Amino acid sequence: MEQAESGTVLSQPEEKAGKARISSRLQILLGRILTGIVIFGLWQGLSGPVFKSTWVSRPSLIYTRLAKMTMDGSLWFHLSITLQEMLIGLVIGMIVGTVLGILMATSGKVQHYFSPYIMALSSLPRAALAPLFVVWFGIGLNSKISVVVMMVVFLAYYNAYEGIRNLDSDLTQMMNSFKATRLQKLRWHTLPSIAPWMMNSIRLGIGTSTIGAVIAEMVGANRGIGYYISYSSALIDTTGVFAGLVVIMIVAVFLDQVIVFSEKQIFKYRSVNG
Amino acid sequence: MGAMIPKLTIEDLTVQYVAKEQTTVAVEHVNLTVADGEFVSIVGPSGCGKSTLLKAVSALLKPSNGVIKLDGKRVQGVPDSVGFVFQNDALLPWKTIVDNVRLPLEIRGYSRKEQETEALRLLETVGLKGFENYYPQQLSGGMQKRVALARSFGYDPDLYLMDEPFGPLDAQTRVTIGDAFLKMWEKVGKSVLFVTHDIEEAIVLSDRVVVMSKRPGRIKAVFEVNLERPRPYYDSRFDTRFKDLQKEIWSYIADEE
Repeated sequence: MEQAESGTVLSQPEEKAGKARISSRLQILLGRILTGIVIFGLWQGLSGPVFKSTWVSRPSLIYTRLAKMTMDGSLWFHLSITLQEMLIGLVIGMIVGTVLGILMATSGKVQHYFSPYIMALSSLPRAALAPLFVVWFGIGLNSKISVVVMMVVFLAYYNAYEGIRNLDSDLTQMMNSFKATRLQKLRWHTLPSIAPWMMNSIRLGIGTSTIGAVIAEMVGANRGIGYYISYSSALIDTTGVFAGLVVIMIVAVFLDQVIVFSEKQIFKYRSVNG
Repeated sequence: MGAMIPKLTIEDLTVQYVAKEQTTVAVEHVNLTVADGEFVSIVGPSGCGKSTLLKAVSALLKPSNGVIKLDGKRVQGVPDSVGFVFQNDALLPWKTIVDNVRLPLEIRGYSRKEQETEALRLLETVGLKGFENYYPQQLSGGMQKRVALARSFGYDPDLYLMDEPFGPLDAQTRVTIGDAFLKMWEKVGKSVLFVTHDIEEAIVLSDRVVVMSKRPGRIKAVFEVNLERPRPYYDSRFDTRFKDLQKEIWSYIADEE
């Protein structure tokens, strides 16, 4: 026991490889910027001479609109409410779905009683429920949050369920052999095991909750980006519609990046050398 | 002292699996005792139900027939004083080495401070001082095995159930780890039921070697190992008594294949 076996701890990545990676990342970044310039350039240049600019608007018009909305506070007025609906709905949907998934996956036979109905519910086009929710919960925040929850909850449910089904049975037996309590099993084994699955739900859930919130707002609301989009389209204000879409896009990309970053922090054990 | 109650008694144990309406008998009519402080190995062809036997003892599997007693008391549910060492270590990949070793101590209800101190001490005894903040996947197979052993020693059971623990290791590491384990075991002197397919390993570690037949697994023969302790792990195999025993055990196993 005096010495550990040789060649055990893997060496740090070499400096050279690090440099090569930086230069290739730089190249990708430049390529991306260039692609963006080409796409927006074409849009700007062709809108007017080729397409009617009332149909597709123009990047410069959208930019001006967004700048104006930022200045007069209407952007934040709409965006803040949409963000609230998304995030509250996402959190509730994640918690409810994950808890249900864990309970179902560990419920033995009971899961078979419920599974066809859950399947049927999840295959429902849930956006179609939005008008119903407005009737039930009014045109305020609650109906929008309900739509988002309905859209996120199944994602969370199925991911948690699959996560539990894929638990490493050796680890389960190990925890059992040490006589761990239910809470200890949950904290040491189950939750860390399904964490990557939950992260996957959250990531997909960002897109889904955006769709849910915007659709619900289009059905009936007096605030929010979805409301702004449907209001603009009623006035045939294409620039307004695109401005709303751009805001939604930026929010989704930003939140996705937040998730990617936190994934790296949370799952450090997976990326350690080796 | 009176009649000694064995640490472990297995009486007429039968375990069968039912899968897709087909019943497979894994082990049948097994009778075995392990005395307090005794090291017993089970060898046999692969698929003879050696692992099934261990899992039945630790109540991870339900026997179809027979009785398992610990200290003369019938086992119901996962027993307190039994530690299982798994073939693939079963380390938690998201926990650091020290946290992995800390797990059974946490379950036993020690304070956080006691857990840390004891885990670090255990890691030092298996030669892993300085590696406490690494994750399992950063270590070699041999080092991961040491972590698993440290964790089991921390649980401090009265009976160790070991399921081919050194199976996945390469030949050299097997000897180093086996040697280290033998020395640690000689200090604690607790009972061990050890499953392996390696006859040399079985002889060198054990007081008795049990040979099982192929499926359905039955006990075919039991051999006493009369080598004195402490034994040199590697050099024991050059002893003539060792060689004779090895030859005899092999003849029983070869008969099965």
